[in-house]
Amino acid sequence: METSFALTGKGYVIVAADTTSARSIVKMKVDEDKIKTLSPHLLMAYSGEPGDTVQFAEYVERNIRLYQIRNIYPLRPSAAASWIRRSLAESLRSRKPYSVNLLLGGYDTATFDPHLYWIDYLGTISEVPFAAHGYGAYFALSLLDRYHDPSASLEEGLATLKRCIDEVSKRLVVSPGKYKVKIVDKDGVREVEL
Amino acid sequence: MNTFATKFSTTSAVGQLRKAQKLAAEEDEFSDAAWGSEAGFGNVAKGAPSFTVPAIPDPAAFLRLHTDDHADPSCRIKIQHGTTTLAFRFQGGVIVAVDSRATAGSYIASGTVKKVIEINPYLLGTMAGGAADCQYWETYLGMHCRLHELRNRERISVSAASKYLSNLVYSYKGMGLSMGTMICGWDKTGPAVFYVDSDGTRLKGDLFSVGSGSTFAYGVLDQGYHWDLTDAEAQELGRRSIYAAGHRDAFSGNTCNLYHVKEDGWHFIGNYDVSKMHYDGPGNVPGAPGHGYGYDIRVEGRSSANPPEASS
Repeated sequence: METSFALTGKGYVIVAADTTSARSIVKMKVDEDKIKTLSPHLLMAYSGEPGDTVQFAEYVERNIRLYQIRNIYPLRPSAAASWIRRSLAESLRSRKPYSVNLLLGGYDTATFDPHLYWIDYLGTISEVPFAAHGYGAYFALSLLDRYHDPSASLEEGLATLKRCIDEVSKRLVVSPGKYKVKIVDKDGVREVEL
Repeated sequence: MNTFATKFSTTSAVGQLRKAQKLAAEEDEFSDAAWGSEAGFGNVAKGAPSFTVPAIPDPAAFLRLHTDDHADPSCRIKIQHGTTTLAFRFQGGVIVAVDSRATAGSYIASGTVKKVIEINPYLLGTMAGGAADCQYWETYLGMHCRLHELRNRERISVSAASKYLSNLVYSYKGMGLSMGTMICGWDKTGPAVFYVDSDGTRLKGDLFSVGSGSTFAYGVLDQGYHWDLTDAEAQELGRRSIYAAGHRDAFSGNTCNLYHVKEDGWHFIGNYDVSKMHYDGPGNVPGAPGHGYGYDIRVEGRSSANPPEASS
């Protein structure tokens, strides 16, 4: 099943999402990128109803871009998170809501601190030091309660992420094979190999 | 004896069963030498142990109708489901840790349940699923472990005890028993842990966690576990894992009961309040970190911000 993790550290947010795209019991694709770069300092991992996910992610991506073109400056992470949450909440009250769960990680270049938002398809938003969606959350959250350090270096942060991924691979029956891992910090967004 | 009456009176399922048992008991002839002791074949002579079931066509359907098996909130009997229990084997013996919450639906029925069943001084059983099923059958298992001792002049192995239980619950498969238990102890072979459930599954292993909070316990347990743990480290790991489940799982919590099985049998280590562990830690005990387990307490004062040198 789909799983995504994210955690903050000293000046960065790490966002990881599995790369499988499944339909029924079949893996249709094993290298799908489910983390979008919304702006130079903003990442969004999305999961949920097939079809809705990419549609909604692209809708968000284009609107965030539009804001930046109109105003020169991009939205700060907290503002972007609020706008995305509201989009989901309005969608929920429409004829056909988007069923999409999100992890939004951003670096605020004005205050020099990382932000992470956990958002679900009901429009719940929560700013958290670490987050997870999917069945992986059942294993990772207790682990992160124990091992996460908000002032950890990037190496330590990646080691903690590795713990989560290893634990899910060990215990979850239908564990995802590969993960895509992206980092956002003062230098912007980049992808890393674990 | 009212043999005559029972033999010929009824045609109900219970009557049929009684009749069959009676006939078997009367017609099987043993020599006087075997009387009482049954020559060590007590368990074989009478066949698998059994008890009467409700005199209706489908006992399982009856049970399902009157319990919350089909998530019917208006049912008469609610069975305790939410739990976290764990047990693991390591260099210094076996650690058994459980929570103490009993829930009936969304209602917390009790916060002081003993989910470790002390079968005998060398054997512990854990309780997940139906509280009554676990309590009754593990106590019953204790009786048979004692009989084994008397008959064979040696303690029953953990393997044999767990197999007795698994065979017993298997004979009731499909009749509504609900239990997920770990039989833990120390025998000739050293420390041992067996997982037994009401499906009839029996697994030998080093590390198990059972119940609705098991995933949260596994998250902490797996990452901290290795064979060469010291006694203090192992006890701390058991406690910390139950705390994790008590914190994250709504159906687990209240307190943690911790046991340590060593060569000389089990020892009760202590009872720890989950809220106290969250804010203050487990107290002055071996392996304690000296602060609360709670995330906010553990990382207090640390920050993710990294302002450049010049601006700070």
